[in-house]
This record gives sequence, structure tokens and C-alpha cells, in this order.
Amino acid sequence: MTQLALVIDLNVCVGCHACVTSCKEWNTSGEAGFMSDDNPYDRDPTGTFFNRVQTFEVGEFPNTQTVHFPKSCLHCEDPPCVPVCPTGASYKRPEDGIVLVDYDKCIGCKYCSWACPYGARELDEHQKVMKKCTLCVDRIYDTRLPESERKPACVLACPTSARLYGDIHDEESIVSKAIRESAGYALMPEWGTQPANHYLPRRKTEMRIHEDELERADNPLKIDGRLPKPGAKAPSLDDVTSW
Amino acid sequence: MTARPEISDRSETRNTTCYMCACRCGIRVHLKNGEIRYIEGNPEHPLNKGVICAKGASGIMKQYSPARLTKPLRRKAGAERGAGEFEAISWDEAFAIMEERLRKIRSTDPKKFALFTGRDQMQALTGMFARQFGTPNYAAHGGFCSVNMAAGMIYTIGGSFWEFGGPDLDRAKLFVMIGTAEDHHSNPLKIAISKFKRRGGRFISVNPVRTGYSAIADEWVPIRPGTDGALLLALTHEIINTGLYDRDFLARYTNSGYLINVDPASPLNGTAMKSGAQPRGDNPEHRHDQMWWDRHSGRAVANHTPDADPALLGNYKLDDGTPVKPAFQLLLERVKEYTPEWAEGITGIPAERIRRLAHEMGITARDQKIELPIAWTDSWGKEHETVTGNPVAFHAMRGLAAHSNGFQAIRSLAILMSLLGTIDRPGGFRHKAPFPRAIPPVAKPPKGPEAVRPDTPLGGLALGWPAGPDDLSLDADGGPLRLDKAFSWEYPLAVHGMMHNVITNAWRGDPYRIDTLLIFMANMAWNSTMNTVEVRKMLNDRDEQGEYKIPFLIVCDAFQSEMTAFADLVLPDTTYLERHDVMSMLDRPISEFDGPVDSVRIPVVPPKGECKPFQEVLIELASRLKFPAFVTADGARKYRDYPDFIINYETEPGSGIGFLAGWRGRGGEKAMVGEPNPRQWEMYEKNNCVFHHRLPRSYQYMRNWNQGYHEWAQRTRVRRYTDPIVIQIYSEVLQKFRMAAQGRGESPRRPPEHLRVRIVTYCDPLPFYYAPLEVQATDTVRYPLAAVTQRPMAMYHSWDSQNAWLRQIHTHNYLFINGKTASALGVADGDWVWVESPHGRVRCMCRTSEAVEPGTVWTWNAIGKAQGAWHLAPDANESQRGFLLNHVISEELQGADGKRMSNSDPVTGQAGWYDVRVRVSKAGATEPAETSPQFAPLPAAPGTNRVRRLWQAFVAGKGEFK
Amino acid sequence: MNPALSVIFLTTLLGAGQGLFLALFVIEVRVATDLLPAPSAGFYPLGSAIAVALLAAGLLASFFHLGHPERAWRSAAMWRTSWLSREVIVLPAFMAVVAAYGWAHWQGWSGTLLIGMVGAAVCLALFLCTAMIYACIKFLQEWATPLTLVNFVLLGCASGVMLAAALAALRGEPNAGVVGSWAVVLTVAGMVSRMASLWRNARLKPRSNLQTAIGIKHPRIVQKAQGFMGGSFNTREFFHGRAPGTLRNVKWLFIAGAFVVPVLLVQTGLATGSPVLLVLAFTVQFGGLVAERWYFFAQANHPQNLYYQAVS
Repeated sequence: MTQLALVIDLNVCVGCHACVTSCKEWNTSGEAGFMSDDNPYDRDPTGTFFNRVQTFEVGEFPNTQTVHFPKSCLHCEDPPCVPVCPTGASYKRPEDGIVLVDYDKCIGCKYCSWACPYGARELDEHQKVMKKCTLCVDRIYDTRLPESERKPACVLACPTSARLYGDIHDEESIVSKAIRESAGYALMPEWGTQPANHYLPRRKTEMRIHEDELERADNPLKIDGRLPKPGAKAPSLDDVTSW
Repeated sequence: MTARPEISDRSETRNTTCYMCACRCGIRVHLKNGEIRYIEGNPEHPLNKGVICAKGASGIMKQYSPARLTKPLRRKAGAERGAGEFEAISWDEAFAIMEERLRKIRSTDPKKFALFTGRDQMQALTGMFARQFGTPNYAAHGGFCSVNMAAGMIYTIGGSFWEFGGPDLDRAKLFVMIGTAEDHHSNPLKIAISKFKRRGGRFISVNPVRTGYSAIADEWVPIRPGTDGALLLALTHEIINTGLYDRDFLARYTNSGYLINVDPASPLNGTAMKSGAQPRGDNPEHRHDQMWWDRHSGRAVANHTPDADPALLGNYKLDDGTPVKPAFQLLLERVKEYTPEWAEGITGIPAERIRRLAHEMGITARDQKIELPIAWTDSWGKEHETVTGNPVAFHAMRGLAAHSNGFQAIRSLAILMSLLGTIDRPGGFRHKAPFPRAIPPVAKPPKGPEAVRPDTPLGGLALGWPAGPDDLSLDADGGPLRLDKAFSWEYPLAVHGMMHNVITNAWRGDPYRIDTLLIFMANMAWNSTMNTVEVRKMLNDRDEQGEYKIPFLIVCDAFQSEMTAFADLVLPDTTYLERHDVMSMLDRPISEFDGPVDSVRIPVVPPKGECKPFQEVLIELASRLKFPAFVTADGARKYRDYPDFIINYETEPGSGIGFLAGWRGRGGEKAMVGEPNPRQWEMYEKNNCVFHHRLPRSYQYMRNWNQGYHEWAQRTRVRRYTDPIVIQIYSEVLQKFRMAAQGRGESPRRPPEHLRVRIVTYCDPLPFYYAPLEVQATDTVRYPLAAVTQRPMAMYHSWDSQNAWLRQIHTHNYLFINGKTASALGVADGDWVWVESPHGRVRCMCRTSEAVEPGTVWTWNAIGKAQGAWHLAPDANESQRGFLLNHVISEELQGADGKRMSNSDPVTGQAGWYDVRVRVSKAGATEPAETSPQFAPLPAAPGTNRVRRLWQAFVAGKGEFK
Repeated sequence: MNPALSVIFLTTLLGAGQGLFLALFVIEVRVATDLLPAPSAGFYPLGSAIAVALLAAGLLASFFHLGHPERAWRSAAMWRTSWLSREVIVLPAFMAVVAAYGWAHWQGWSGTLLIGMVGAAVCLALFLCTAMIYACIKFLQEWATPLTLVNFVLLGCASGVMLAAALAALRGEPNAGVVGSWAVVLTVAGMVSRMASLWRNARLKPRSNLQTAIGIKHPRIVQKAQGFMGGSFNTREFFHGRAPGTLRNVKWLFIAGAFVVPVLLVQTGLATGSPVLLVLAFTVQFGGLVAERWYFFAQANHPQNLYYQAVS
């Protein structure tokens, strides 16, 4: 069984928001659209987005990490938002595990959003239906697109390739490999939702300097006569013993 | 276009180049019923390889922004400048006004016309317009951006970062990034850093603030702003002392071994000794006859004598008794006092850490060498079997540059990079064509008043690269020739001009009054000026006769900004999706490390309203004013429009050099040089709007000294000469200025008395550290905190508050302050605070942060807006809660002698944006919860959208908005 | 959570209607077993009509919660998994049974007890559905407890029985005093269970925290930006935006209004034989329960809020 998902690599995410606006750009005119904006040029502009990038500070100066954290629907394997939906508008596709909302069935009761611990769903204030990441389901199967572009808009946009996309049930997929090899983890595991999306942690590359690396046979200072060389008349063992 | 299925049956896809920032990524624009459906990165584009950023993906909201200007506007009679009251006029009227005015100026005193441009990408054309007009008063925004980065490095290694060159992260093992704004370079750097990190490369970021790129660094080294020079010199100290420098590289490719006259009595003290041999190479400016002390034979020889090896250290005496030292010896003596302990006190970085950083750099460079099996021949005829790389790469930008000590700090960086042997080598720094240039590049600014004559073009470009005092732009009295005082004794190497002083100088009439100021896409009444409150007053100030001190102000922009409100005449520019553009080899192309790349924009949608590309305005004016390059011998118009100009213009008749290097020759069969090709635009369009010329591998490295590359560059007219570009550890150019100030040297020109100490001090041929001028002049007990700005990745300067999507991400800004610093000041997270410098104060909200060095406060740049500007409601967050740090930064400083000076680097005129010192205090409980200062709200200009939507939803192909 | 008036009124009105019906049914049972004197002929029909009216008003209130009320009919579809869907089925069924119950009494049919028994069962099912809508969301820890069901039952019954008592008193029925004493007992029981849930919720340790929310194990994590600054559905739906002081005030208000004051009023009303005081007792209690329900929502701390703490 296929479970499509994103794996987000916090080790390279620089928090540029490319995934945020490319998502909106693709989807507002796509099948998941529209995505409205209230007060677009007034006080407190607010609109529908499927994806947000947040910033957290971890630790205290000077040992601070700044973590950029993109968040969208995690397409849980056991999505709590689906069974609560009274109309069946919210559903998980058996064929690829994508959690979707059927706008024609949605009555806008918001119950699914209450049932999502991650805050992944947003009610569009004007279409009055619940919206969320669709993994660009209207792109990824579009055979008119070249294979390499049948990916969610955010994945194609991401300048640091921090968003990997694939089937986490396929052991050989890029996402499964990333989760396996780079300690991929899920958010809020305590609720047993089994999010399909995973995150890869920060990894630190350090350099070890061995002391002897600073003692050099080929030190260029020798060539230019800068390493101290004792004078011929300076005291030596020759002065004190004859063996 | 490559065969590619359409997304929708009714859609079409067109390639062009993005312009949501200065990065110039390739984009594919999908249209549905003529409306923009989707803008994505072009996977076949060499720069961004298919990715796109937050701004690029929000281009739709720029295109359909209600803030767009759509008609030429004239200030209403009787309306004050800045009030934003306009009447729409026709283009015919607008052109008539400009033609009459400019013709009169040109035929009397051309320098009374000044043209200054913002972050445009057509400096080759705007520069040409100014040259043809005959005014020296032209520059783009470089002087207030990063000229120190350009000048400091080009005067040292012949190349620089960003458009000119960059870190080769594909092969680097250690990457050190210092003070980099998050859009210099944007997508290419993001791509490169993530690949680098995935490959296990080690990434160290030196920055007072940990955001963006620094966030993912393996190690963050917080540093006090403006002290980078001290760090770099201490690293240099440690690397020399531990012998971790690349001696072979320094000896052969830099002037480290050149013998410098150290005889205090000699008039030539401080200059390189000349062998008197025949000049080598073909460059009249560079005889390449300096001398080495050959350590094998123990005597002075001409440099690069076969089998000789220069001593880099020691004291020597020439046969005539002249005491000399190799330049490297002088550097060693210079950095002797710059110990890590010394730097710790200045930078706040522990000495042990500085040592370790130096060791990491030196050991990585030495022990992880790359040898590529690429044979090449150097400029002195020596054949090399391989290209060697020392895989330590650096990148730095405005954080290092925007200080009044930035030039010397950046010289220090370029020297450190050279010491590590990383210049144009794999894994280090790599040039991008047309770099490297000669040191200095050949172009020179006008030298004297005789260069400016009525109805006559300048003899050369308005901007250039002085090689000594003879190349300064001086009037008959030795004062500044230019309005902004660039290339004067005050700022001798102001190679990008000094836009930040233009309005103040023109207002004061110092050095002289002008008549007309034409500003293109620069928000000089807001975020692009220092001292914003006063500059806005200057723009609206009148003399005793009631005439404006700046008599006529023309502003061309696509959006209604704070600046357009001050214009007498507003010209509505197009967006990037509506016009032709070239990213030309004559300007700053998008070249890759492996060879020249230039690119174009092609209009994908028709211009809105009466919008006209600024290029068309310039060509129309140039034709009407009959500039020689724009009319035929009999005075007839030569170019129909901009696309026609781009195809047919040649730098000289028959030169074969034009704005675009690709598909030249009648049938498009030639590259770099060739006859105009009438189908050139089509060919670019068919090829992703990019021309990429990959050099043979043997020409891709060591290009400062690569004979094969130089011959290629000369054949393709990229360079005039083929002589080597020797790295200037010791700057002979700076020494010339210093000698003039000391009353000696070849040039007869001498600086005025009051500037002599300044020039002797700052035009030091060896790198040195000094506290930024403003810091020296500030009571740092009273104003203890450095205040800087960072640029967010989702906004480009002030451009995007009119963008409905991007403004949701950055709706207003906070002052970030270290948590401990805030507690000490009694300030809590979210409080309203006053930020006060000696020059002014702003009220804003603060956020405590652990990701900022305790002595620094910072904010996102240019989020704050004036009420009503950019089509925002007067109560929009941008003006009520957003703020501009510019209010506390001055464009001028009072010198110790009471003389006013620009708040700039004394060598290059680079604006000292990040030198201001402030104090922060909690705002009173009864004060209003809004930012201060506030300005009267701007009304919507005629032609902008006056209807304010409560909500909108964009669905392409359905009439813009649902 | 940000309390929505529609849902507050839905649950409180439903509770009162259900309680009222149960009161009628229990009276009838007690009358049938000769433990109580029979009320006047119109008592059951009128009571049932009021119950139906309350249920209908609750149903109407729920429509204001929907983005697409015209599609509300779809919401019966997922009864296998969704407590909300079950509620949508059970509520009209219950309304029908109550209406039938009243109609049967009106017509003087004999099978009223049987209908009443069915009604009581459906009523309990409705309580279960309504309460489980909230109690089944396990990460809303304030709600995910059997106490939610107990509270919904007791508080609904208290207010409905209180209404029955007031109705009886107004009509001068002989059972007003007995029903009033039931109301007192139920109110006190409701207070005990509600206080128990307050006590429990005050001691809840959230299972989710920033560490699990973003998966970084460090004691000091602070959000600096939630990714937008002008608000979003996430900030509007899940934050009440009131000061902690307001919350405390509402708590004391509902303890007084839903429990203490009504008990005093109904006792006084019964002692002095004042139907007006009983009506007042119901009115105050209903108002108190509206406050209680507001607090019920406001106190629930949604884990998604961890992601929406700061703008910059």
C-alpha cells in the first residue's frame, strides 16, 4: 500500500517561505482553490495557506539554534480528522494515503480541525469549506507533466531541497531512505496518529584537529628562515660531557 | 522552447527571468486565458535549476497589485512635494516636458542633470545614457549597497562575490560565511549550501545574528558589528604564525615576494622596486617589472625569473644599497600586533576560538588538497600538469561591507583567502566572467572639468576604477567634479558612486546645485536613504526665491512608493513580466564559474495601462535629444525601440560587441563577438532565455594567471590585455594615494590640506583595523548598542508590502534584542521601546531573542512603510507597527575638524549603514501603541486602484480575482 | 478553544430539552407507580412541546456553526465513525419521539409510557453522542474524560428538571415541590461532577509540548514566528484571546449562576410557594450553564496552539 508523504529536512531549511507561497500560487488557481485573502491591503491581512514556515529558538545565547520549521498536513496514517467528519468530506485515499477534503460534501463544521492536533487545516473564510494540503494531488498524477515535475509545488520550489517527496511504504524510496538513515521522526508521537510526513533533525559536522597537525615538517616558515634555529655557539651537550 | 505538454488546454507557457529580487532566476510563466496561472522555476536554467523562492512564487500578486502606477503623472499645481497629489498626463506631454528641460541642460551645463538608479539591472544602458548626455552625475545603488565588497576585493584579487564570483561549494570542505544578507546570492546560494551540507561539508557562519543561512551553520560565531576586520586580521596573524599559509601560491600568484622600498629617506619609499627590464605583457598600465629576492641565488631578480624562488620574509639590501622587504614581510609585521587576544577584546570572540578557526581553515586548506588532472599554462609560460585546490571557501556581503571600515576589512578577507591559496581554484573562490579584471579594471571616471562639455558625450563612462590620483574626478580647484563627491579626495575609490549623498548635496548646493534629478526605482524618500525625516524635508525645500532647491524631480517606478510622492513627474514603469531586459556581459551578467552566461527577459503579458519600460523612455529621450549613439550621421533616429537597440547596438561600429553575447553573427552562429543578429531575441527565447558559454576545462581555473584563458578573453574582447592579474597583498594603488597625501609620488595632484591625514591613514597599502568612523565619533557609553538590519528572505527591500501574499508573512517588524540585554534595560518581550541614536529616534516593538549577540539590536529591513504608500490602508500594520531603522542613521558625520563628511567609508564612499550606535529604553505607559515618527497619509495616485477590496481570491483565467 | 455561541447554545438548549423530557417521563413513571399524584391533563403535552421547542432551537443554533448549512443533510452519512454524525441522526429521532410522546398524551392514548421509555433511551443516546463529540478527541485532554459525559447528563438534567419544576409550579401542579427537590439534587450532583472536572483539569499535565510538537529535545524552546502576522484560522478558532482573569471570573460566575444561586432560588421558591422564583431559578441556571459551556470550550487547550505562540 502506498503512503505518499513529505520528509522535511530541518538540517537545510533556511526558512525562506518558498514552499509557502509556491503552494498558494499553485493551489489558488488549482483544484484545491481558491485560497482567499482578507484585508489584502489593510490592517491585519489574513488568508488561507496550506503550509506555513515557523521559527523557533532553541537554547540560550551563545548556544542558540534557530530552527525554521515548515508545517503542513502530515497525512497521518491514522488521521484523527477523518473519522470525526460527519459527511465523509474528509477522507484518506486508500490508493496513496493522501488525506483530502471533498469540498462538495464539506459542510464547514470545523470539527475535523478540532480533531487535528497539528493545526494543519484551515477553513477558507469565503468558500466556507475546510482546506488543507493535498500534496498537489492535481499535479502529481498529471501525465501531461514530465515525470520529474509530477511533484508537489513546494517540493519543486524548495531552493534547499529540504522537502523530499515519495512513498514512505516503499523501502527503496528517497523518503524511506532519508527517514531510515537520517533519523527521521514524527511530530507529537504521543497521539498515535502516525504522521506520514517526517522531519529530519539538525546534524552537525565538526572538525577534529590533532595536535600534531600544527607541527609540520614542511612548514613554509622554515623556507623563509623564520623558525628559530639556535646559533652555532649556543650551549649544547657538547659543552659539558665527553661520554 | 523545449517540447513540453501544456498544463491546461487553454494555457500557454513562456520562459523569462524573474525580478522579484536581484538574483535573476529563470522562470516559466504559465498563462491561462492570458492571465498568470503559475510561475515556477525553470529546471533548465543554470542559475536556479528549477527552484524558486517565496518572492518569485508571489509574482502574480506583484503583477496584479493595486499599487501599480499606470499613467504618467504630474504634480498638481500648488501641491507640495510629498503630498502625493497628481494629475494624469499623456506620455506625449511627459516626453515634451523632459525633452525641453533636458535639452536645455545638456546644451548649457550637462552636469546639472543627475541620473541615479536603484536596484535596476540595466546599468549598462543607464550608464550609457548618462555618458551620452555628458553628465558625470550618474550611478546606481552600489555606493549604498556593497561597493566595499566590490572595491575591496577587486582591488585585491580582481574579482568579488555575488555577480562577480563566489564560493565553489561543490568542492569545498569548509565554508565560512561572514555577514551575508539573505538574498546575496539568493537561490543559487541556497542550492549550494544545502548540497554542501548534505555532503558533510563544515559550515561556519560569522554574524551578530543567527537567522536564515546562519541558522543551518554547523557553528555560529556571534561577532560585534563592524569588527570583522579585527577577526580577519587575527586569523591572518595566526595563520602566518603557524605557517599554515600556502607559500607556493603566494610566491607565484601574488605580490607577496615583490620587494618594497623601505628606505624612509627615499621618495619611492613604500613602492615596489622595478627591475628596469622590458615591461612584460601588453598592458600599458602594468609593466610587471617588480623584483623578487631570489632565495636560491641570494640576489634581487625580476619577478618570475625562471628557476628563481622569491623570499617572502626577511630584510634585504639591493646592490645600490636600497633597503627592501618582500611585501609578505610587511604583512607579517603589520599583523604582528593583531593577536587573537587583541581581537577578542574587539570582536567578543574568545581568542582560543579565533585560533581554532584559523587552524581549521589552514589545516583544511593544507591537508585536504584537491588535484584536478587539468593541464594549463600560466602567464609566465610555466606548464602545470594539474589544477590544485585548497577547499576552504568564503562568502561575505553587506554585513562586512556596510561599515566605514569595510574596505580594509574586505581587503583583509581577500588577503586571508589568498594566504590560504583559494583564489580561482577548486573548492575555494571562483570567478565568474567577465571577471577577473585587471587590478584595477581599465575603465576610468572623467578626470577633470574639461570632460564635461555642452552637447557632448563624456569621453568614457561616468564610473570607473582609479589607478591613482590622476584618475580622480576633480574640478579645477581640486574639489569634487561629481555631485555625490565620488572619486574626489574624500572618497577616492567610490567606484559605484554615492547615491546616499545625492539629495543632501544637491539640496545644500555642495559642491553645486543641479537642475533635474532623475531617480529610477529607488525609494530615496524612505528605506533607501539615511536620515529619512530630513531628506524628505530636503526634497520639498525651497530657496529664498521660493524655488525648489532641487528644481525638478523625475521618478520612474512601477509602484506608488514613498518616493513617487515627491516627484514632479512620475513615469509608470512596467513590471518584469511585461518587458524586455538583458542581463548583459556589459553589466553584471549571471555567469557561472565555468564560463560566461547572459540572459534576457521576454514580456509574457502586455503592459498594464500606459506603463512603459524605463528602457523605452531612455531610448526615446536619447533619440529626441539626438545623442550620437542613438542617431545616424544625418540625425535620424537609429533604434526603433529597446529590443531593436539591443540587437543592433555595437559598442563601436563593427566591433561585434553588443549587449548580448549569445547567438551573434547574422544567423546566430557566433558567440561573444559577432555581427548583430536580427533573430537574437527569438534565439534566446528558444533557449530558456539564457546563453551559457562553457569554457574548456583548462580555462576554468586560475584565470588571474591563465595564459590560455587570457588569450581566449582577448579574442572574445572580454579583456583588452593578456597580462597576469597579480593578487595585491600589498596595494600599490592605495600607496599612490598615500604618497600624494605625503606630497610625493608620480602624480602632480595633491589632496587639500585637511584631507591629507585622512588619506595617509585610510589609504594604507596594507590591511589594518580601525573602529568605524561613526563609532569613533559616538559616545558609546551613552549609545552602547549596535543597530543593524537583516533582509528577510520573503521580502526584497521595500518592494513587497504591496504583495498580498508576502505581506502576510512580514506585516510589521520588531526590534530584536538579546534577552539578557533586554532584562538589564527593564524591557520585556513585546514591549514598545524607543531606539535612539545621536541622530534621531524611533518607537517600535521589541522581541527578545537568544539568536543575537548581546551588544546588537536588529530588525528586518524596510518592512515599515509610510501611511498610504504602496496602496496600503492608512491604518495598515506596516505604518502603525512597522518601523524604519533609517530614521536613526545619518547620511553625514561631523568630522573632528568640524567638517561634514559622508557617513561612509573614507576610501570607497560605501554608506556606513551598520555603524550606528543606539540606546534602547521602554516607551512610556501612556504613549500611543504605534510607531514613531508618523507621516501624513498619502492618497491613492490617479491610475492606481482606488477600490479597496475587503477580501480577494486569485483564480487565474477568471478575470484576475474572484 | 475559541467558544462559538452556536455550539454553546446547541449543547445547553439540547441539555435542557432532554432534561425536561426526562422529568416528564419520570413523573409519569412515578405517577403510574402511585408514588406521585397525577398532574393536570395539559402538563405532559405542554412540557413535551417546550422540550421539542428547546431541541429545535438547539438544532437551529447549530446551523449557525456551519459554513454550508444547506448541506447539513449530508452530515448523517458517517454514523459508523463520527459521533457528530450520530448526534445528527439521534437528535431528530429524539425530537420525533418527544413530539409523539406529547401528542399521545394530548390525544390521551395509552401507550405513552412505552413511547416515554423509547424516548428516555434515545435521550440517553443523545447525551452520549453530544458528550462524545468532545470526549472522543483524546488530545483535548480537558474533554477526554468520562466526566464530560457525566457533566453533560447531569447539567442537562438539572436545567431540564428545573424547568419542569418551574412549569409545574406555574401551572399549580401538585408535583412542583417534588420535582423541585429533584432539581436541587441534580444541580448539586452536577456541581459535584463539574467541580471534579475542574479539579481534574487544573491538574492536567499536557502530553504535548513544544518538544514533541517540533521534535527537538531541549528544555528551552521559544517560538519567534508562527509564519504570518495578521492572524489565521488557527489563531481565530483555537484561541479565546481573553485574559486569564476573565476566565477565572467566568468560572466563578458559572459556579454561582449554574449551581449555587438556582439552588437557593428554588428552595426559597418552594418554601414561599412562588412560581416566579422557580422560573427565575431556571433562567439563572440556564444563563449559568451558558457561561459553563463557554468555559468548557475556553478551557480546552488545543495542542495546535503550541505552533501559534508568537509573531515577528
